Amino acid sequence: MSLPLLSLVTFVPLLGAAAILALPAPSSARWIALGTTIITFALSLMVWAGFDPANPGFQLVEKHDWLGGGISYHMGVDGISMLFVVLTAGLMPFCIAASWESIETRVAEYMIAFLVLETMMIGVFCALDLVLFYVLFEGGLIPMFLIIGVWGGKRRVYASFKFFLYTFVGSVLMLLAIMSMYWYTGTTDIAQLLDGAHFPPAMQTWLWLAFFASFAVKMPMWPVHTWLPDAHVEAPTAGSVILAGILLKMGGYGFLRFSLPMFPSATELFAPLVFTMSIVAIIYTSLVALAQEDMKKLIAYSSVAHMGFVTMGIFTLTHQGVEGGIFQMLSHGVVSGALFLCVGVVYDRMHTREIAAYGGLVNRMPLYAACFMIFTLANVGLPGTSGFIGEFLTMLGAYVHNSWLAIFSATGVILSAAYALFLYRRIIFGALVKPSLQAIEDLTAREIAILAPLVVITIALGVYPKPVLDVTTPSVAKLISDNKAALVADKMHKVAVISKGAVQ
Amino acid sequence: MTLQTDLMVMLPELILAVGAMALLLTGAVVGEKSAPLVSWCAIVLLALAGAATVMGPVHAAAFHDAFIADGFSRFAKLLILGGAAFSILLADEFFSDIKLSRFELPVLMLLATLGMLLMVSSASFLSLYMGLELQSLALYVLAAFNRDHLRSTEAGLKYFVLGALSSGMMLYGISLIYGFTGSTAFSAIASVTAHGAGLGVIFGIVFLIAGLAFKVSAVPFHMWTPDVYEGAPTPVTAYFATAAKVAALCLFLRAILTPFPGLIHQWRQIIVFISVLSMALGAIAALGQKNIKRLMAYSSIGHMGYALLGLAAGTSLGVRGVLIYLAIYVATNLGVFACIQAMRRGGKAVEGISDLAGLARTDLRLAVLFSMLFLSLAGLPPLAGFFAKFYVFLAAIQAGLMIPAILGVLASAIGLVYYLKLVKVMFFDEAADALDSETRFGSRAIMLLSGVVALLFIFAASPVLNAADAAARSLIP
Repeated sequence: MSLPLLSLVTFVPLLGAAAILALPAPSSARWIALGTTIITFALSLMVWAGFDPANPGFQLVEKHDWLGGGISYHMGVDGISMLFVVLTAGLMPFCIAASWESIETRVAEYMIAFLVLETMMIGVFCALDLVLFYVLFEGGLIPMFLIIGVWGGKRRVYASFKFFLYTFVGSVLMLLAIMSMYWYTGTTDIAQLLDGAHFPPAMQTWLWLAFFASFAVKMPMWPVHTWLPDAHVEAPTAGSVILAGILLKMGGYGFLRFSLPMFPSATELFAPLVFTMSIVAIIYTSLVALAQEDMKKLIAYSSVAHMGFVTMGIFTLTHQGVEGGIFQMLSHGVVSGALFLCVGVVYDRMHTREIAAYGGLVNRMPLYAACFMIFTLANVGLPGTSGFIGEFLTMLGAYVHNSWLAIFSATGVILSAAYALFLYRRIIFGALVKPSLQAIEDLTAREIAILAPLVVITIALGVYPKPVLDVTTPSVAKLISDNKAALVADKMHKVAVISKGAVQ
Repeated sequence: MTLQTDLMVMLPELILAVGAMALLLTGAVVGEKSAPLVSWCAIVLLALAGAATVMGPVHAAAFHDAFIADGFSRFAKLLILGGAAFSILLADEFFSDIKLSRFELPVLMLLATLGMLLMVSSASFLSLYMGLELQSLALYVLAAFNRDHLRSTEAGLKYFVLGALSSGMMLYGISLIYGFTGSTAFSAIASVTAHGAGLGVIFGIVFLIAGLAFKVSAVPFHMWTPDVYEGAPTPVTAYFATAAKVAALCLFLRAILTPFPGLIHQWRQIIVFISVLSMALGAIAALGQKNIKRLMAYSSIGHMGYALLGLAAGTSLGVRGVLIYLAIYVATNLGVFACIQAMRRGGKAVEGISDLAGLARTDLRLAVLFSMLFLSLAGLPPLAGFFAKFYVFLAAIQAGLMIPAILGVLASAIGLVYYLKLVKVMFFDEAADALDSETRFGSRAIMLLSGVVALLFIFAASPVLNAADAAARSLIP
């Protein structure tokens, strides 16, 4: 038994939080938080290094007794979850750095909330026990609630309550489904459930709906997406980054980990519903984004639209679709995070997010304009950026599955170009006429240090996505073949039941 | 069975009975100055009783099976004794702060605790009623203990009138059950009703449940709770919310599950009904409260609803769930009431929720602790309260109570709103005047202990789970 790497990467942030508790002065809190998140990121890279891409099963597994009765502390990653761990750990140092000067009050508490949140988020992607998963999935709500509510904008109370209640109501139904699964199989171990559990189709329907309630809200899918724009607008910059970058991905991850492999018949049954909701999300929220006056709100709606591509891709159950969905989530995690950081840059200077308050920034901030341009184009899905790969693969998957699906989703691509470029033009181009903007400064060294690595990642993944796809391919192949096999087994079972009835 | 062996079985009760008499005499001789001494002696007595409980027999009956000591009663007694000891500690500090220290208070609490121990150990309706009345009479006086205070005397009177009514209903139910089964012993009734029973017994059970539901403050017999919680002195409220709730609920479990296992389909629907109503009313009515003790009253109504769901399951898993629930509930509630008692401004106790505004700015540690305990009560992971709800719902689902479970989690989502509101008041709102910063040693220790339990239960859950499991199996094998 070597180093318990996954436990380390999960719980090191918690140790950092304890250290801040001991040294709560603002300056030390900042440095401890930054150091902790960088160590965590390094550990997550060690996870990647120790990961064998050829093996589609769970790796780096740790298992200890916890609550007894088939409920254990079980951690492990496969090709689907591993990169989310890296993404989470990778985004956190940027969040801490982005909050360096913009958070002035209660710095120590802020950093503690972020580090606790990081533990919960990484844990969600590592957990291989349903109860453990649930505890971590829900545990992240409290720090996020505080981050929005304490350090947020004017309507922070409304936004934080809405965020909490939407996600909580969805999740408690999932908890009941977890309990039903426990009594049916006698375990909550995800690896065992994936290997051998077989739920009767009628039960699958209910379980699927209960899990869907939770993940659809988290994702968020139309029509339960309304908490997201509010939460994004009111959250501090780093909170928005985490919200868009990681928390939304938990929904997609949940579909991949639970809904598809464990409830195959129900997945087949409800796929048209998911497609409809995805298409509506892609087209409708893109149109809504077009009409926004607030930069963060616009990006929030664009997130909903992009998540529509993800759910569409995942539920096509084609190799391209699923892999595209995963890639899109990872890419969107980086790109939308970067876009929120870009908004944060000008917000820190002008203290407004209203698009109308800006214009002509390219004259004073050329470097900023360049960075913003790259992320905007990545958000649109321009070839050569990471956004293209995911969007292209999901649409490819959709086309294989049903060409109408691909046609409708393609309109979303056009609309996303429309709202993103429209936003860019209004903020960056034109004459610099507003007197308040005359003295605005270009990126500081700290901001360059934050945005430059993200630019590199965005372009690198767009040009050379192989490292990511290598990791995901075997696990996705296994997921799809397992799903198909289980589906066949379900149908055979149904036929057997019917023919038995006919004989009698 | 000689008298001596019988008495040894009830050693914890004997310690409390004799000790309470001795302390009463001491107080009468020494006078009012003896209050702190009597308080500490009472805590020592409770600890001794706890030790006697732990070392006592695992399974023994006494007095012709009217009294039983088993794993279930042991678990319940330890919770009751713990709740009582910490409440006395809180009471000592509370009353010395308002200069109303009286030695009668710890003595009354000891007597009430004695009644509770008898309740959870009773194996016959007669001993049950005896224990219940001993407890209730002492509690009526305790509620009115702050006798110069209008609210407190009102609380005592209200509690007394309604309590007497419920005792009457219960007694009527017991007499019906006795009349139709020919016995008051649980085991004898169980064998008579093993294969169904006539309408008379069912009637009796309905009245019995009505009386018991009053004691645990389940809807629709909850009306006394908010007034009594608000009016009674804070440490007495803490005692009501912890020890008294444990005793009443454990009595409820035994008085339904042991004599009537054959009638589960008859009583289950009633329990499900009052359980769901309690969860819903507790959550909705708490939304509009402005006084924190009143809010805790509604919260306790809701919590009893969740616990009753475990009883409705009617299995040993359900009993295990209830016991885990109670253990966590007692630990959390003691902390909450210690925090409430620490809410003082300019030397005077304040109870408004608005008095907590911006507490995070003036006293961060208290605010963090308070919020953590509230969120634990709301049942949010990774705090202890989540596991309380988890095991109750787990048992309910296993017993096929899917619809009540769904209603239950939805009620918990509504309940979450008012807990979050408290967190919001403390963390998001502008600061009101600062609360007094000094907190007495005992309260501080209780807060700390309670916070540690809420936060770290997740890491040390299995001993509690195993103990509750063993206790539940002694009630339903």
